[in-house]
Amino acid sequence: MYQLLKQIVTAGIVTEAAPQADESLRNLEQRLSEVILKHFGRALAIRHVDAGSCNGCELEIHACNSPYYNLERLGIKFVASPRHADVLLVTGPVSRNMEVALLRTYEATPDPKLVIAIGDCGCSGGIFGESYASCGRVSNVIPVDVAVPGCPPTPTAIMQGILTAVAARAR
Amino acid sequence: MQHAELPIDVQPLPGAMPAFCAAVDAGVLRALCETARAKKARLVSLWGSDETLRGGGYALHLALAFPSGLLWLSAPLPRGQPHYPGIADIYPGANRMQRAAYDLTGVYAQDNPDHRKWLRHGAWPDSVFPLRKDFNIATHFPQGEDRYPFVKVEGEGVHEIPVGPVHAGTIEPGHFRFSIVGEKILRLEERLGYKHKGIEKRFETMTLEEGAKLAGRISGDSTVAYAWAYAMAVEGATGTGPPSRALALRGILLELERIANHLGDIGYLANDVALSFGFFQFWRLKEDLLRLNAQLFGHRYLMDIIVPGGVTRDLARNESGLLLERLEKIQSEAATLKSIYDEHAGTQDRFIMTGQVLPELAEQMGLVGLAGRASGVWHDLRVDHPIPPYQQVEPRIATHTRGDVAARVSVRFEELFESMRLVQALANQLPPGETRAPVAAGTAGGRGIGWVEGWRGEVLVALETADANRIHRLHPHDPSWLNWPLLERAVLGNIVPDFPLINKSFNLSYSGQDL
Repeated sequence: MYQLLKQIVTAGIVTEAAPQADESLRNLEQRLSEVILKHFGRALAIRHVDAGSCNGCELEIHACNSPYYNLERLGIKFVASPRHADVLLVTGPVSRNMEVALLRTYEATPDPKLVIAIGDCGCSGGIFGESYASCGRVSNVIPVDVAVPGCPPTPTAIMQGILTAVAARAR
Repeated sequence: MQHAELPIDVQPLPGAMPAFCAAVDAGVLRALCETARAKKARLVSLWGSDETLRGGGYALHLALAFPSGLLWLSAPLPRGQPHYPGIADIYPGANRMQRAAYDLTGVYAQDNPDHRKWLRHGAWPDSVFPLRKDFNIATHFPQGEDRYPFVKVEGEGVHEIPVGPVHAGTIEPGHFRFSIVGEKILRLEERLGYKHKGIEKRFETMTLEEGAKLAGRISGDSTVAYAWAYAMAVEGATGTGPPSRALALRGILLELERIANHLGDIGYLANDVALSFGFFQFWRLKEDLLRLNAQLFGHRYLMDIIVPGGVTRDLARNESGLLLERLEKIQSEAATLKSIYDEHAGTQDRFIMTGQVLPELAEQMGLVGLAGRASGVWHDLRVDHPIPPYQQVEPRIATHTRGDVAARVSVRFEELFESMRLVQALANQLPPGETRAPVAAGTAGGRGIGWVEGWRGEVLVALETADANRIHRLHPHDPSWLNWPLLERAVLGNIVPDFPLINKSFNLSYSGQDL
């Protein structure tokens, strides 16, 4: 127990108020909190749907919850059911085998809802494109509010995408 | 030449790994498999191909791992009735691969009790085979009916929990059908294939050069392993020799990928037993490593750095100094965290004897990779066939026999520290010279094998070239194919709330097996 507590104290709080490009994420964090506070009662619930990605984008979505980014401190939570969600975060080209599941998830999400397509594949179909097995971009299957490019997009880019989507709704 | 273990003539395949190929009659497949099994050869992969454009019918391919290397058997099958004797009773891991091979190419395993579809859901009808040459990749069928007969468990108090394809967490899609009584799992049946996005067909529209990017996106968390396996296959098929500096850098990249994945998974495993401390500590270390990757190689997950012929990024002397310095810090912190995990009674109580796969079952079903090494199946390509750059640094294999979550955690910790040692050894003796050689022109009918020990297990890329530097057939194989069926067994008798923990201890790829 002593060792555990010592590790917590020595590691300290690494959560970045202003990571890497310094100002960029700090602004993001402040604006994000403000907007969420105003429009979602400081609670934004996200349901992630992997509609056929290579799993690269999922790695970065996980990283958003790591201590450096700590998305939850901003009032943004990942939830287990689309019925609890304000936002769908969709990755991948939509495989034909996930088409129905994605549509059903979208329908199960209560209005008003936002959809953010994550990654090059979600934006354009990426390297997989459209084929007998792939519907391509997410907007070919459900309406998309914001699309975040990148292969995979960084956690910062994903957080920016969430802000953009929420800010658009606020207008 | 005569094969070292089987009574057949084989041809050595040019390339980095020891590999041989042979054309055999479908009629002798079973006998060969029985002999191979008796000699403890492992089934690595099984796939089908369409040879009608090359004057044949279809073909069934098998990759077996022997002490002498990889053996790639191809059995030509007639155009009218491409049937072959199924081998799933000899190698149980072949079952799903046989079904996938049928869904995609129409080669049919006779006398196999299980003929349910596997990768095909409702996206194309059962009379159509997308990997046949006369099938256009852009063909679009309306979504058809998708019925899949799960095995039903009956009895008093038994009920089912269907989970997925959209899961509660941030993970890939798949369907799990639990049959439970009370809290206990009586049976788990997996249904995968949700992520099938036509990767193999897409390869056939690409040149050897273009394919590298797609190979790096078969399974995002193993992008280095796949990119290396792809590059190795192309280099073998074209007779290209990557410079030794490139090989050393590939070794560094592959070990960095292993370290990053183990850091993340070890953190999540603690999270799954309510020790969120472990998650935050290990994900801090993982993020440190990802940022270092981005700084040194320009990509957090090291995508697109390994290409046929070599690597696209070099490591300057001061950069390798930085790499070693940062790794040392991660290493010492990880060592402290390991002792905390080891002494944390609550964590160990959840880890030990949970999700057990005993060595006998593991050997019988062909468990591979880190999960195999935790269950007494002690294979690691870096040790079994140490090619450059591993030859120079002598990797040590991490092993265990108990086969539970704790054993897989133990193997992961050992590999984490061993990979750090390997990166240090490789970075300290980087050979001078170029990092990339020009890729020689390919000719139609060339074959190449890429076989790499990724963090999850062995990744195989089997390549046959067409003319004009194009791909006739490329089969990428993920170790998850063989390990998914063992997850079904590992959870038996465990309680449902332990499923996420057991699942994470394997952390298998959906995208890599759905293709």
